[in-house]
Amino acid sequence: MLEIRDLHAAVNGKAILKGLDLTVNPGEVHAIMGPNGSGKSTLANVLAGRDNYEITGGQAILDGHDLAELEPEERAQAGLFLAFQYPVEIPGVSNMEFLKAALEAVRKAQGKEEWDSVTLLRKAREACKQVNLDAQFLKRGVNEGFSGGEKKRNEIMQMLLMEPRLALLDETDSGLDIDALQTVARGVNSLRSPERGIVLVTHYQRLLDYIVPDHVHVLSDGRIIKSGGKELALELEQKGYGWLTGEEESA
Amino acid sequence: MSSQAELDKVIRSEYEAGFTTLVESDTLPPGLSEDVIRFISAKKGEPEWLLEWRLEAYRKWREMPEPEWAHLHYPKVDYDAISYYSAPKSMEDRPKSLDEVDPELLDTYKKLGIPLHEQEMLAGVAVDAVFDSVSIGTTFKEKLGEAGVIFCSISEAVQEHPELVRKYLGSVVPKSDNFFAGLNSAVFTDGSFVYIPKGVRCPMELSTYFRINEANTGQFERTLIVADEGSYVSYLEGCTAPQRDENQLHAAVVELVALPGAEIKYSTVQNWYPGDENGKGGIYNFVTKRGVAHDNAKISWTQVETGSAITWKYPSVVLRGDNAVGEFYSVALTRHAQQADTGTKMIHLGKNTKSTIVSKGISAGKSSNAYRGLVRMGPRAENARNFTQCDSLLLGDRCGAHTFPYIESKHPSATVEHEATTSKVSDDQLFLCRQRGIDPEKAISMIVNGFCKEVFKELPMEFAVEAGKLLEVSLEGAVG
Ligand SMILES: Nc1ncnc2c1ncn2[C@@H]1O[C@H](COP(=O)(O)OP(=O)(O)OP(=O)(O)O)[C@@H](O)[C@H]1O
Ligand SMILES: [Mg+2]
Repeated sequence: MLEIRDLHAAVNGKAILKGLDLTVNPGEVHAIMGPNGSGKSTLANVLAGRDNYEITGGQAILDGHDLAELEPEERAQAGLFLAFQYPVEIPGVSNMEFLKAALEAVRKAQGKEEWDSVTLLRKAREACKQVNLDAQFLKRGVNEGFSGGEKKRNEIMQMLLMEPRLALLDETDSGLDIDALQTVARGVNSLRSPERGIVLVTHYQRLLDYIVPDHVHVLSDGRIIKSGGKELALELEQKGYGWLTGEEESA
Repeated sequence: MSSQAELDKVIRSEYEAGFTTLVESDTLPPGLSEDVIRFISAKKGEPEWLLEWRLEAYRKWREMPEPEWAHLHYPKVDYDAISYYSAPKSMEDRPKSLDEVDPELLDTYKKLGIPLHEQEMLAGVAVDAVFDSVSIGTTFKEKLGEAGVIFCSISEAVQEHPELVRKYLGSVVPKSDNFFAGLNSAVFTDGSFVYIPKGVRCPMELSTYFRINEANTGQFERTLIVADEGSYVSYLEGCTAPQRDENQLHAAVVELVALPGAEIKYSTVQNWYPGDENGKGGIYNFVTKRGVAHDNAKISWTQVETGSAITWKYPSVVLRGDNAVGEFYSVALTRHAQQADTGTKMIHLGKNTKSTIVSKGISAGKSSNAYRGLVRMGPRAENARNFTQCDSLLLGDRCGAHTFPYIESKHPSATVEHEATTSKVSDDQLFLCRQRGIDPEKAISMIVNGFCKEVFKELPMEFAVEAGKLLEVSLEGAVG
């Protein structure tokens, strides 16, 4: 469903992705790991279509759509969801209002039936419960004054409602306490399905204990330098990245 | 479209005036003089005292310089090129159907979801079947009558309730208060009058909407609202659809009197034609709005402004009595080449008086949006308190926002707090919305609406919804 071939991308003119290949089939969970600054968030942002993130070569195809040709909202409507590493606040716009607008747009584009406000509210409450957020959060401004962990759970709550075709999670586990980590993992696992692809960006093996990936990739300097099964993550945990990148392991 | 049943309700608008015609012509040639004022007054069959009042205002106005301190730039208005009286348009002169009305205006009506017959009314189409609002109007008059509330045009009030008009007209905004108020006092043609008797809670929101068919109140509108002791009224000015208006200059005066223990809530949604991208056309809106709050009284102004080429407007409260409360909640949106210079004045005279100012300015395009606020604590204003919050939101980088707070405190125990912020709709916010499938225009309007929330929640429910929609329509094309 997601086919990335020899992808080159630049941020504000600076080349970051330098020939990246990745294939995600329906039903699969992929974990992407790699050192700070290697281009993991860049990949997520390029796929989602953020301004100033420019594809300079290669292709990313989602279900036959060349992503480069779609506006960010069209990519979302095509089923791409990005859970942000740093979710931004939108003061005064309630979470509920925001969800309503998002779901209306996406469901309409996908030809799904529209949810009336009663259904929407019920589903939203259920989703909150699933990630252990009080339903009061639906009334608050989007991420407004949320703690770091609450913001992350709020992203997962939205993801549950949006039912994406392809979910990209950028370090959703960072900043979560142990209980929240398990809650989030349960949420993500509940979305695992034969129709859906999931890409997790993470630094920690811990998350992968709860969400067991089918494939693990190491991203370094804009390229995937190694791929393997779930055991690769364990190996990385023990050895670090030095043996792969050819650099000295830092003590 | 209109069924037979509706046509049965046909009411022919009659413009036979309730006064004797002294002069043949119904529209004056341009220019202003004492004779013109005598003509207007005579046309309206006014009592002698009112004519004298107008003439006095005119004589003082002639001595007054036009203010130049506002943060605005516009070509000088030639006051001798304006016609100060023209009889309401006859049916024949109006557009015969919506086909003759500017399609862009109709498009906007459609987006706002305004029913067809209301569109016709707003666009000034000569409809002689006056649909539902006639029956609404009637039940509404009955209900108000039972409560003893007077709600009529100010010309009618001059005839029917001269003692009230004489007592309060100009009591809040003296006729020589400022240049535009002076001009209005000399030549005002019509407007609304409201009186709420002692202890009465007005049973419904009063709205100029109900009086829209009498809307040819011209460019010098005069509104007077008197809430007697312990009474309450909520008044809505304007309606949310853009109004077609050929008049370039508007110089209205609104006076509010809240007697001891009374409360007046005055809400405005104004969206006159703002002019095109290049600043051509559009209304110049110079308004004087002021209220006096006596002991334990409360006056609250809420406004949403998206229209006019130029807006110059400072709804104010004089907190005359002890424990009086004044509030000002404002959203002003400017786009294209619009210029707005708005704000408020809170004049604290009584003890323990309290005022709150929340101003939200949104600028897009190459517009300019200024907040100008004055908080004055008088020598008797023991323990008076003010809180001011002034937020500006910029869309793009060709627009500007300016804040000019003026604080004068003559009492050591008075406290004044001022907070100001300027922000932009950030790329991150926009991207979050778009990543969730929301198109950028909708996203911007949602973010802007969120920014305005504190003000919108002060508006009556339906009004708040419409104000939100209005922002959305006004912001279309503001992205990028
Ligand atoms: N807007 C930008 N302008 C210039 N350089 C940028 C910009 N955004 C990212 N970069 C650079 O691109 C590189 C990759 O950044 P990216 O955020 O994708 O890394 P990452 O793998 O997600 O790292 P982390 O593990 O720390 O989250 C970094 O060197 C970063 O400094
Ligand atoms: Mg990152």
